[in-house]
Amino acid sequence: MERYETQAVVIGGGATGAGTLRDLSLRGIKSILIEKDDIASGTTGRNHGLLHSGARYAVKDLESARECISENRILKKIARHCIEDTGGLFVTLPEDDPVYHNELLEGCKISDINAREISIKEALRLEPNLNHNILSAIWVPDGTIDPFRLAASNILDAKEHGAGILTHTMVTGLELKSGGNIVRAADEKGNQIEIRCDLVINAAGVWGQHVCSLGGIELKMFPSKGSMLIIDYRINNIVVNRCRKPSDGDIIVPGDTVSLIGTTSREIDYSRIEELRVDDDEIDVLLEDGEKLIPNVSKTRALRAYCGVRPLVAISGETMGRNISRGIVLIDHSERDGAEGLITIAGGKLMTYRLMAEMTADLACSKLGTGGRCRTAKTPLPGSEKKISERKNVRAFTGISQSVVGSTLYRHGLRVQDILKRDKKNYRLICECEMVTEGEAEYAIKKLDVKNIIDLRRRTRIGMGPCQGELCAYRSAGLFADFGIYRPEKSIELLYNFLEERWKGIKPVLWGDGLRESEFTYWIYEGLLGIGEIKFDDDPGDGDGV
Amino acid sequence: MIKLENISFDHCIKCTVCTIYCPVARVTHLFPGPKQSGPDAERLRIKNPGLVDESLKYCTNCKRCEIACPSDVRIADIIQDAKWKYVKKGFFRPRDFFMSRTDLAGSLGTIFSPLANFLFSFFPVKILMDLFLKIPYKRSYPAYERGTFRRKFKKLAARQKTFEKKAVYFHGCYVNYNNHSLGTDLVRVMNAMGVGVELVREKCCGVPLIANGYLEKAKKNALFNISSLSGAAAGKGLKIISTSSSCTYALKHEYSHLLDMDNTGIYNSIEYVTKFIFDRFEEGARPPLRPVSIRAAYHSPCHLERLGGVMYTIDLLKKIPGLDLIILHSECCGISGTYGFKREYYQISQDVGYQLFRRIEEADPEIVITDCETCRMQIEMNTKYRVMHPVSVLAMALGDER
Ligand SMILES: Cc1cc2nc3c(=O)[nH]c(=O)nc-3n(C[C@H](O)[C@H](O)[C@H](O)COP(=O)(O)OP(=O)(O)OC[C@H]3O[C@@H](n4cnc5c(N)ncnc54)[C@H](O)[C@@H]3O)c2cc1C
Ligand code: SF4
Ligand code: SF4
Repeated sequence: MERYETQAVVIGGGATGAGTLRDLSLRGIKSILIEKDDIASGTTGRNHGLLHSGARYAVKDLESARECISENRILKKIARHCIEDTGGLFVTLPEDDPVYHNELLEGCKISDINAREISIKEALRLEPNLNHNILSAIWVPDGTIDPFRLAASNILDAKEHGAGILTHTMVTGLELKSGGNIVRAADEKGNQIEIRCDLVINAAGVWGQHVCSLGGIELKMFPSKGSMLIIDYRINNIVVNRCRKPSDGDIIVPGDTVSLIGTTSREIDYSRIEELRVDDDEIDVLLEDGEKLIPNVSKTRALRAYCGVRPLVAISGETMGRNISRGIVLIDHSERDGAEGLITIAGGKLMTYRLMAEMTADLACSKLGTGGRCRTAKTPLPGSEKKISERKNVRAFTGISQSVVGSTLYRHGLRVQDILKRDKKNYRLICECEMVTEGEAEYAIKKLDVKNIIDLRRRTRIGMGPCQGELCAYRSAGLFADFGIYRPEKSIELLYNFLEERWKGIKPVLWGDGLRESEFTYWIYEGLLGIGEIKFDDDPGDGDGV
Repeated sequence: MIKLENISFDHCIKCTVCTIYCPVARVTHLFPGPKQSGPDAERLRIKNPGLVDESLKYCTNCKRCEIACPSDVRIADIIQDAKWKYVKKGFFRPRDFFMSRTDLAGSLGTIFSPLANFLFSFFPVKILMDLFLKIPYKRSYPAYERGTFRRKFKKLAARQKTFEKKAVYFHGCYVNYNNHSLGTDLVRVMNAMGVGVELVREKCCGVPLIANGYLEKAKKNALFNISSLSGAAAGKGLKIISTSSSCTYALKHEYSHLLDMDNTGIYNSIEYVTKFIFDRFEEGARPPLRPVSIRAAYHSPCHLERLGGVMYTIDLLKKIPGLDLIILHSECCGISGTYGFKREYYQISQDVGYQLFRRIEEADPEIVITDCETCRMQIEMNTKYRVMHPVSVLAMALGDER
């Protein structure tokens, strides 16, 4: 049994938890974050990464709209390397009600969102792949945000300010009593951990219901599933929204090297949140509606499909997924349930994580009676300290291929300096689709809390390109042993789990080139390497270090 | 921004066969290979043109990768396209300018041929060209003929009218300026099969222009050639033949794939010469052939491989009595048009060809046969053997009567 003591324990390593940990650490409050899986493995890593301008909510939910535009402006400054300022379009198709167009413009005006109507010609110039039959277009300051990078750099900064983090560690018990709360947790090997703290912050997203129940508190979550489809390459460079009442399949977001079609909305039972899957009819809807926005969708390869659960708190009696406000819910359980040391933060959006963290940390500080003022609205995240001039920065690394430098810079911002040294490692590519070098993998494994290849994927994009792990999987498996993290035998298990994880997302879109690709991958791993024959013991003996 | 038409990169299944087959990636680590420079990097370039990697300039456009690819990815086209779309090119490039204007250089060279040939083989001149134009002094250049093939053809033109069957001959720059006898050999072979030869107005096919990034000029030439040739092709239903595998490949495929030109009017009429001869032979128009009694090694040029034309040439050569034929392992000779004439690529070009030269020497033939003019230059420079075009070998078998 390991025992720790700290001021605050944050449960959940999504954007909200990561942001809260950072905010607390910047205010000088000692904190530890516990995450049952990996950073951004929950809903944070399962959305389309839209940096909302707020326009999407401007017609029905002005409060959300205002939150969005204000955070949109802040994040563009403090999280530069996690964000692409692509701009967005709302386009009306012939079958859409033209009235919505004006309502949207009006709502944006009220919410102080800089939206403007543009000509169809201009829209097609900005986004040549757009459906040529659109009736009208509005430009809005939408952008894209990379959730993995965002969460990881919040954690990195928190750690650099003294915070602790335990990933692959699940909270299993909460003892809430005045004068010291106890959080019990267990890691994947079954090691028990006990942390004594003044304050517990429940940032477990949709799992917040379960976390509360561990402390004997009832909180009802309202899970609403949304599915998304990834397209092999960037078919658009601007966020394309359909100008109509929010419904299924009305957005295509460019995200790094791919594009994402989103989303559906389906009510599911809380008991099923661990066994989520994308349904076939959802894929049909996404492809059909996606094609209406960008006809080229039908010609491209679908890489994978996945789904996430919106962490909406059912405080009132609403029943429909989209009609519930995505508002932020901050609960001080001392008022509600007499639990002095528990705060729950839920709802909101990925892109309002900072605001949620600020609200949470404000409450935490007032409860603890210490801590300074919030600095996260001004202090840039690690890697985003300065505006990055791509030209200049790429040139600084002569001798390393420009596409490697550019891609690494894109992923890690100015921290690229810690990664790209003139070293053989930076010439050896692990992932050819996304240009990940051995050097970048080493940095991620050693500095960014990476415990397996799936985690490595979230930090670097290994395995997220068209080959979906075909070539990078076995190369990265070996690295963990090379860097002395695990014994070599463990590599096979890492490899196996990674391939299974990739396969899960490929399965729903198994046709055409994607099918050929996975046949080939299957041939390599099963036919050539015989991975299916390998038996793992109950305790595969990873060992801590070698 | 992505061009909707050419999304063949999306079919790549990352099997890496192309990179195994790439002759350049095999000899230098400077070039990451077709997979990475082509379909892999294309996704990055679509995301951000700034991510273009200049290493793609090492691609020779030999197209061997495309032959190997099981997914029909137009790898070399993707690389060529990216090279000129995303990589900045200097404004003033005298060497590339002259090298790519084979017709301009040719017209000057043929007027002053003795002087030009003397200068280009005069050592001090070569040193100066190396210093100022970055053309390696070790390189030998093709000699210029006196006058053009077209002028010479005038004397033969009258006789061509007497044939009922006709074909249009796209002679290209090399025959016009550097090798008249290949042109006259072609006329003899055609006539022997009962086919008359016609010339139409033509400009350089554009291969050197494309290789040097003068795409607009290449498009102009393409437009000119398409309209000139389609008159004959569509109008009179004639076949268009060429003795250059690279010209043929450009007219048939690169015009549409790389230059976005509509060449459907001539597409079905264009044939590389040995295919045309093969068909005539099949029809029974095979002239009597005399034994040549010569030992020859055949090298198949990359672009003919890509065209799928090698089997016709081999079949034709096999029909020549007395030709003791050794078919060399299919390999790139390394010159790739103007590539091997540039100092920055010269060593790579030599390294690529090394295996081929060695195999030729091992075979120790009396002559080497190949379909491509620049392969010929490369082999003649690097081995001691004389190189002939298959049509000239066939003409040899026809005997001397004119
Ligand atoms: C389909 C869909 C599309 C969306 N699109 C967007 C968008 O485009 N833009 C936007 O801004 N927002 C979007 N959202 C909303 C956004 O994804 C979420 O609001 C946000 O990610 C929530 O983050 P979180 O940190 O609160 O929750 P989570 O990311 O779910 O984090 C909770 C974490 O807690 C961990 N955890 C749970 N139980 C335990 C335990 N017992 N012990 C330890 N750890 C535990 C989980 O593993 C998880 O990592 C979308 C949501 C969905 C579903
Ligand atoms: S065209 Fe030739 S040199 Fe270029 S990538 Fe393909 S095989 Fe290599
Ligand atoms: S051969 Fe074709 S499918 Fe295979 S890696 Fe190369 S481009 Fe891709």
